[in-house]
Amino acid sequence: MNTQIKHYIDLITVLTQKEMKVRYKSTFFGYVWSVAHPLAFAFVFFMAVKVVMRIQMEGYAVFLIAGLFPWQWFSNSVNASPMVFFLNASLIKKVSLPRNVLPLATVLQDMIHFLLAIPVIVLFLFIYHKSPSFSWLYGIPLLLIIQLLMTYGLSLIISSLNLFIRDLERLTGIGTSLLFYFTPIIYPETMIPERYKTLVLYANPLSPLMVSWRNLFLNGTLEFSLVAASFVYSLFALMLGYAVYTRLSWKFAEVL
Amino acid sequence: MREPIIVFDHVRKSYPLYHHITGGTKNLLFHLPSTLSAIRNSRYEALKDVSFEVKRGEALGIIGKNGAGKSTILGLIAGVLKPTEGRVVVKGRASALLELGAGFHPELTGRENIILNGIILGLAKAEVLKKLDEIIEFSGIEEFIDQPIRVYSSGMLARLGFSVVSHLDPDILLIDEILAVGDREFRKKCIKKMMKFKKRGVTIIFVSHSMPDVKRICDRVAWLDNHIIKMMGNTGDVVSGYSK
Repeated sequence: MNTQIKHYIDLITVLTQKEMKVRYKSTFFGYVWSVAHPLAFAFVFFMAVKVVMRIQMEGYAVFLIAGLFPWQWFSNSVNASPMVFFLNASLIKKVSLPRNVLPLATVLQDMIHFLLAIPVIVLFLFIYHKSPSFSWLYGIPLLLIIQLLMTYGLSLIISSLNLFIRDLERLTGIGTSLLFYFTPIIYPETMIPERYKTLVLYANPLSPLMVSWRNLFLNGTLEFSLVAASFVYSLFALMLGYAVYTRLSWKFAEVL
Repeated sequence: MREPIIVFDHVRKSYPLYHHITGGTKNLLFHLPSTLSAIRNSRYEALKDVSFEVKRGEALGIIGKNGAGKSTILGLIAGVLKPTEGRVVVKGRASALLELGAGFHPELTGRENIILNGIILGLAKAEVLKKLDEIIEFSGIEEFIDQPIRVYSSGMLARLGFSVVSHLDPDILLIDEILAVGDREFRKKCIKKMMKFKKRGVTIIFVSHSMPDVKRICDRVAWLDNHIIKMMGNTGDVVSGYSK
């Protein structure tokens, strides 16, 4: 039993390392790209929302980045999930390894890139005369675990189901971009009209988490109700993902 | 009397034909009941009532035409497939010799791929690192070992793959058509290594179309035809029956 867990950890480590190494192999700028992508996004929204539509808000740039970076982790992992098992078809058909490590490695890899991008958030905080706070020490690990569970759960659902219903990979792309605009990332939750506020904040599983990240980064605060809601959602996603995976995983080798 | 390490007990394996589901929405909606029952009933029989036993340390060859169900048997032994009916019992760790480059990543170096593949195939990280030099030496890939494997020739890839597998410590070794690639010298090396495995008491399941290889390695052979075992027994008898 013990060796099994050890091997599981070895597998996750080596697969995540592989993803990390492969991602920017043979590129000149390497790590810069994992920051450049969300920054470019931030620039686009800054132009559209701040410069053109003139949102009334102090420090919109750092506000954007504090929400966009964790979102990028989520959406990169989820958008990659439909193909995870297809890309490893030869392994799934021949080797009896716990297949659930494959999506986990993808999620972990995106998580590490998110962690590596946090210094950029700090840099922007300094530009706007703010600074990191001590609550990050427990806040970041807490939200990290919540988002890891939620993203992994969702990835498990999508990657497993997509082997049987290929339409899902189209739906995933549409779904994540819709979800993006229904999540208070480019706008603050205070601007949502009162009658939709609870809906957007609590019916969308990503809202409480993304708002929590931003509050933590900008003000060093964590609101209990938001953190609790996102934790409940993440547990639910993980349980559902695991249930879907265990029901379908024995058929994986048949359909690939 | 040696104990059986693999037991197939009246195994039937059928796959649903999944492509019926993606026959199009219009079709599905207009003929919903009939389509649904078609999905439920259209199954592909890969194995029909197959029973056999393999004893520890034995080398069993599996021969037969393409599509006869050979790879399904390997999948069932490896534990990636479940039988539809019947029972498959496997006592011990089965390691599959992967097809060329499977599980390798083209952008990683030979060395990195050895570590990755070794762990995927069931070794602990410490074990792989301990055996790393030995594996590299066996592969005979000298100065290329720190190059990304996308620059490797197919023969080099096969050598790399085989050298990882030959340093595993399986109870059962599954080999599917691997010797078809690689030059003569490499094939000789592989067969020698397989003989070594055999001597150590490793059970070998060898799927091949090459009768000389089968004759050289296997103690017994199962001839699959039309999803059943048509003939099973002594290597010489079955191979000559098959070649007729």
